[in-house]
Amino acid sequence: MSIARKAVVWGLFAAGGTISAFLFPALIGLFLLVAIGAVPPGLEYDSIFAFASNWAGKFALFLVISLSLWHAAHRLRVVFHDFGVRKDKAVANAVYLVAAVGTLLTAFYLYRI
Amino acid sequence: MELEVLRYDPEQDTEPHFQSYSVPCEDDWAILDALNHVKENIDTTLSYRWSCHMMVCGSCGMMVNGEPSLTCKTFIRDLPDHVRIEPLANLPIERDLVVVLDDPMEKMHRARPWIIRQDDPPPPDQEYTQSRAALYKFKQYTMCVNCMCCYAACPQYGLDQSFIGPAALALAHRYNLDSRDQGKSLRLDILADHDGVWDCSFVGACSEVCPKSVDPAAAIQQMKVDGAIEWWKQKLSGSKS
Amino acid sequence: MSRRPYIRPMSNTTWYLSNGRYRRYMLREVTCLLVGFYCFLAVWALAVLATGSPERWEGFLRSQQNAAMIAVHAVALIYYLIYMTFDWFKLAPKAMPVQLGERKVSDRSIILAHYVAWAALTAFVAWLAGVIP
Repeated sequence: MSIARKAVVWGLFAAGGTISAFLFPALIGLFLLVAIGAVPPGLEYDSIFAFASNWAGKFALFLVISLSLWHAAHRLRVVFHDFGVRKDKAVANAVYLVAAVGTLLTAFYLYRI
Repeated sequence: MELEVLRYDPEQDTEPHFQSYSVPCEDDWAILDALNHVKENIDTTLSYRWSCHMMVCGSCGMMVNGEPSLTCKTFIRDLPDHVRIEPLANLPIERDLVVVLDDPMEKMHRARPWIIRQDDPPPPDQEYTQSRAALYKFKQYTMCVNCMCCYAACPQYGLDQSFIGPAALALAHRYNLDSRDQGKSLRLDILADHDGVWDCSFVGACSEVCPKSVDPAAAIQQMKVDGAIEWWKQKLSGSKS
Repeated sequence: MSRRPYIRPMSNTTWYLSNGRYRRYMLREVTCLLVGFYCFLAVWALAVLATGSPERWEGFLRSQQNAAMIAVHAVALIYYLIYMTFDWFKLAPKAMPVQLGERKVSDRSIILAHYVAWAALTAFVAWLAGVIP
């Protein structure tokens, strides 16, 4: 008997959940403002590019996006189980793969900026 | 009031079926009193567990209108005139309202519910000293009466009985939090295994139905945190994998 | 006496419809789809930003400006607040018990602290984005 690796994913899930619980309403709000045409000055190209150019901004964006991805992935795995899909290994591999790809892409784009 | 009770005779029935009883109730009766009236005056074949009639033995757990409850604590005055009584959900029916409790009982043992020491205990003429503050840390988790209402409420246990379940995990947490105990790592090794703590998805039904306010859901989440931290501790100290 | 315990069947796929507690749990859990959706939008935005082209960024912003997206974001915001953020705050005290001396800090205080922190963080993000001066 030993502590399952699920401990690690749960840790990511909990961190990502905390971050997305606190920050995503604001994020959705920003998207809403853009959608109604009231683009906030901070989302104009020059400001947002500057924000994502400096290392603090990169770090913050990476942390928020990647942890939230892992949160969504792990929770989706549980949702599949709750909806009666009993192929946990396959589901887990699929959702964590998506989260990993998303994490890598985030890092890649942030590096390019 | 009308009691609709799920009956099952293993020697005669292939399936459970409902049977209705009309019970004249006093205002201050609990469901258990109504069941006792049925057994004494209407139908002596009705089988069910009960003992203390005061919420400390945990024997009389049943589904009352679909809600896992202690029938000595569920009062007629709080219920509609028509009440459905069934044995605790997610557990096999032995007979009538009696369920097979072997699985949850085995799981309670798995929690290693005793003080585990690495150091020597105090000498026989001395006691463990424990402050009130240290006691209050774990006191709520000592209140469990093993009624298994939480197992009846937990959908994860219902979907997959290999899940170790709320009461066993709350019991383990009671010892992990006890300042006299030194067995947290051992218990986590057992309970943070793949059928353990991680199967809980924090539905929270267990804590909502617990008649003793033990709050097993809280114990489980805290144990997940402990398990996550312990995993890293073991990895970084290179002891186990 | 022969024993023949009866096991009641439970549906893998529809069990959560059977009571309100379970239904609310499922409504909470499916918010992971919203988290995933907005992560996807965020990564897409980063991809556009990484092209280094202000025109492409303008194009991305304009592609968001239609009635469908307004409806999506508005509904998502309300659903997310109720079934993710506020539910998460309600559950948080369970995982983080705080004991001061002999008294346990009440769940309500911890939840209130979460709301205060959330308001502060939201204001901070709004200020960063230039929504508030």
